[in-house]
Amino acid sequence: MDHTPRALFALINAGMSDVVLKSNTPWYCVSCYYCTVRCPQEVHITDIMYTLKRLAVQKGHFDDTNAPDFSKTFISWVESYGRSFELGLMGQHMLMHNPFGVFKIAGMGIGMVSKGRMDFTPTRIKGMDELKAILTKAKELEVAE
Amino acid sequence: MKYSYFPGCSLERNAAAYNISSLATAKALGMEMVEVEDWNCCGATEYISLNLLASFALIARNLAQATKTTGVNQLVAPCSACYLNLRKTDAYMQESPDLAKKVNQALSAGGLSYEGGTLKVRHLLDVVVNDIGLETIASKVTRPLKGLRIAPYYGCMIVRPNFESTNGDGKSFDNTEYPMTLDNLLKTLGAEVVDFPMKAHCCGGHMTQISEATGFEMIRRLVKGASDYKADMIVTLCPMCQLNLDGFQAPMNRHFKTNYNMPVLYFTQMLGLAFGMDAASLGIGQELVDARHALAKIGVEVPQPEKPAAPKKSKKDDKSLPMPLMGKVEE
Amino acid sequence: MNEEARIGVYVCHCGSNIAGIVDVENVAKWAAEKLGHRGVVIARDYKFMCSSLGQELIEKDIKELGLTRIVVAACSPHLHEKTFRTAAERAGLNPYLCELVSIREQVSWVHTDKIAATEKAKAAISGGVERIIHNVPLTPLRVPIDKSTLIVGGGIAGIQAALEIADAGYKVYLVEREPSVGGHMAQFDKTFPTLDCSACILTPKMVSAGTHPNISMLSWAEVTHVDGYVGNFTATIHQKPRYVKTDLCTGCGICQEKCPKKVIDDVYEAGLGYRKAIYTPFPQAVPKFPVLDKPNCTYFQKGTCKACEKFCPTDAIDFTQKDEYFDVKVGNIILATGYDLFDARRIPQYGFGRLANVFSSLEFERLSNSAGPTGGTVVLRDGVTTPKTVGIIHCVGSRDRNYNNYCSSICCMQSLKFAHLVHERTGAEVYEFYIDMRTPAKGYDEFYQRLLEEGTHFIRGKVAEVTDAARLPGEEGKLIIQVEDTLVGKQRRIPVDMVILSSGLEPRHDAKEVARLFGISCSADGWYIERHPKLDPVATMTEGVFIAGCVQGPKDIPASVVQGAAAAARVLGRIQQGEIALEPVRATINADNCSGCRICNDLCPYSAIVFHEDKMVSEVNPALCQGCGTCVAACPAGAISGTCFSDEQIMAQIEGLLLLNLKQPEAAVS
Repeated sequence: MDHTPRALFALINAGMSDVVLKSNTPWYCVSCYYCTVRCPQEVHITDIMYTLKRLAVQKGHFDDTNAPDFSKTFISWVESYGRSFELGLMGQHMLMHNPFGVFKIAGMGIGMVSKGRMDFTPTRIKGMDELKAILTKAKELEVAE
Repeated sequence: MKYSYFPGCSLERNAAAYNISSLATAKALGMEMVEVEDWNCCGATEYISLNLLASFALIARNLAQATKTTGVNQLVAPCSACYLNLRKTDAYMQESPDLAKKVNQALSAGGLSYEGGTLKVRHLLDVVVNDIGLETIASKVTRPLKGLRIAPYYGCMIVRPNFESTNGDGKSFDNTEYPMTLDNLLKTLGAEVVDFPMKAHCCGGHMTQISEATGFEMIRRLVKGASDYKADMIVTLCPMCQLNLDGFQAPMNRHFKTNYNMPVLYFTQMLGLAFGMDAASLGIGQELVDARHALAKIGVEVPQPEKPAAPKKSKKDDKSLPMPLMGKVEE
Repeated sequence: MNEEARIGVYVCHCGSNIAGIVDVENVAKWAAEKLGHRGVVIARDYKFMCSSLGQELIEKDIKELGLTRIVVAACSPHLHEKTFRTAAERAGLNPYLCELVSIREQVSWVHTDKIAATEKAKAAISGGVERIIHNVPLTPLRVPIDKSTLIVGGGIAGIQAALEIADAGYKVYLVEREPSVGGHMAQFDKTFPTLDCSACILTPKMVSAGTHPNISMLSWAEVTHVDGYVGNFTATIHQKPRYVKTDLCTGCGICQEKCPKKVIDDVYEAGLGYRKAIYTPFPQAVPKFPVLDKPNCTYFQKGTCKACEKFCPTDAIDFTQKDEYFDVKVGNIILATGYDLFDARRIPQYGFGRLANVFSSLEFERLSNSAGPTGGTVVLRDGVTTPKTVGIIHCVGSRDRNYNNYCSSICCMQSLKFAHLVHERTGAEVYEFYIDMRTPAKGYDEFYQRLLEEGTHFIRGKVAEVTDAARLPGEEGKLIIQVEDTLVGKQRRIPVDMVILSSGLEPRHDAKEVARLFGISCSADGWYIERHPKLDPVATMTEGVFIAGCVQGPKDIPASVVQGAAAAARVLGRIQQGEIALEPVRATINADNCSGCRICNDLCPYSAIVFHEDKMVSEVNPALCQGCGTCVAACPAGAISGTCFSDEQIMAQIEGLLLLNLKQPEAAVS
């Protein structure tokens, strides 16, 4: 967290958007919503963090983190099959960013497989075509704004 | 009582134990769970990080699909993230006619539509405790969890942000900082519930994949908290939390060179055990940190635990000051 | 209107406020020309009508031209209606024959089109002229003032008001619901910024009030009903039974000593200490007579004990005492019922009510007070251990939309005071967590600087949580305060032994009910509403009822004293006048037309309408009526009319606005 959320807001008010979008703080946000429920001014801080993530990716600004790639990988499985696919997600992400991490996680992976908690293939929903159409339309509408 | 049931991607395989125990206990409680037809992923916290309108549309497809189940207007989700996403989308569509319009435009490309407020979106814990009631649940307990010290773990998204409860009384489902629903349920089942201060702190979600140190630390503080308070196990209500606390416990131990051995089970599994159901039928055994040594405490006759000898304080020597207690607050 | 009206129209420039948009000279000329046939004898324009020269213009014209009606086209009546009415009165014209038409707030300040604005001004004046033709001379209602005063609430504000009025020679009934007067100030240890001992400066005033020949101190009593109107209130007082004969009791305290039943004192000791079932709340209580707490008394609950009766040397215990209700007649009422402390259990993340060593502000006052449960030693909840580090948190339940949006005014100074006391008593390291440091009054910022010099650690940031879940080395066994140090820009975790929460002030839990009893209103927050936030802070919209102290909003002791004295001054002024003149703008019911449906009775926000059962008609009490017009509009029989807003006046004004009056009367056809 290079800038605290409060500092980010001060930077936004100061018009220093470059600094804001390069911050790694939104990427460390886990959406626990503590900030949102505690804020005495009822600012929707978590939603702002999501917005900053989207803007940072649009501008191609993030330096310090592999979080955007993680999200992108997750999304690609959902947009192809309608469901998330953990093995695919972990596999792709680790290969891209942390290949040696595979060894660290091997124990856990084996444990998951042996307990029957790991899918080897993705599941596709029946209405995949409809879902694709819906998402395409939504993205068109968003760009149009 | 009939409900639309949204399992979510995790419950299909990685948290199958949650799925089978939920359905089994729901049946025992007389709740009919009808799975949403051809549901899709809710997007977790990933989709909305890169798309805005599309993420609402993704979620809204599920809301629309759920309305295809006739005779129900309640949508129940066992996973906290799915619950949050569905509830949030429904709430935002009610608050913002502009958003509702755009989402429906997108949905129409798939031949669907959804009007905000049509469904009451609730978490499984809410439905079990508030619709069935603790009294009814108590009446079905045949194997009380006596002797088991449990740290109830809510995680973040079930209580935050605090959406107004769907029964229209204007209050939210539970307190955002110090919820008690799971505590009360576990007490009803006969367990000794630990006053676990981290009970509503976030498990870290996907943080283990983004920054190992941060992610593992978030897991460590929870396991440590439960362990410091001498809990035998943690009981949770979200598959992500279970995966983090249970699945990642060993890598976390390695990272910090600790040796916690804290089993993590789902509340529906505890419910099933208290109802006398067979452990295997509840998916017990799928957890990576073995729960058997904890469960042994309720499998056998438990002798009255000896109370540790407290230093005898005569009334005269007791100088401690009284204090106000939680649970007696009027809002 | 029976005689020909001779109307004077005066159009004010108001500098360039009006003249900058409205062509005022043109308007005046137009009025003289076009409305001459309606009775306008003269129309002038002038730079500042409200100035003494402007007023003199009006007075001169009244005398020289025999004007019988005045229309001033200027600013809002709220500002200067009284000015021009008084001027008219000086010139011998009944003030209610003078009216103000707003062409500033309603025309020049809200329009930019000069031509349209000028036309609108003309229409407004035309409406005013038509209306005033129907005005009749009115005299204010004169109501005699009873010289006694009722003061509800025996805290510092109430005591101050009582002493001022009593010293002036008039009778005061001081009603206090607790066994002793003193209020919250009696609980404090020291007061900021001088660090005077609170009881030492308060008790002399309490004693004066208790012994004053003009003050009837009714403690352990409440007001249950109020009837009447300014100058003539009748209040019903409920005197709760003390179970002690006050003419025999010497205040020796033996009954308290011998009473076997200990109870947590959650009023005076803020829940931190104990008292007996028969008790005086503190040693310097005024009056000194104890009170028997019936729900906690072994005799009343189980039929045994009676230790107090056995040991009382003057036989003053009387278990047969009953509740008493009696009426007092007063002319004015001052409400000084004070505040309640915000219950910090509503903020679970601060741990109050769950973590033993988190204390509220009032709990800490009792801890540091030498007459408190620990004799003034600052210790942890175990009653024994001295803290080595203490954290003080500002803005608990204040400045927070999740709880109370307002600032509680006193907590910054209070927190500084706590820091000082902790340093002094324990030598502990003190951390203060603040958002802003609000130290506006005399000596306050200097006090802050003193605390800086004492080595207090000030961390600017709103505390996120207080927890006992240790994470880092050095945190085990401590309370950890997690906060963003905004001046550093990083999150910090500070381990402390004890946390003090500067909880905010809230209205009393029954403030709304009490307000209704006295016919005044609360704001949305629950504080009582003053007549004008800037210029009239102790009067209310209800004539004869005043407010003083924290009941009007959070404030410190000097401000409470000031308001108590101010309310007393207002009351004394009224008493001196002997009678009060009430605005004659009110409703009257034509009994002949009244069908007795009583719809108006419940609609009246001032409870000013009575129903006569014998005659089956309603009647408006002119002293209570504020002339709001609700009943006038609601009456299905049209039996109610309002002076100054009769149907004729309203219709005429509308016709004037529409310029229907410009048509010259047809020449009479003979």
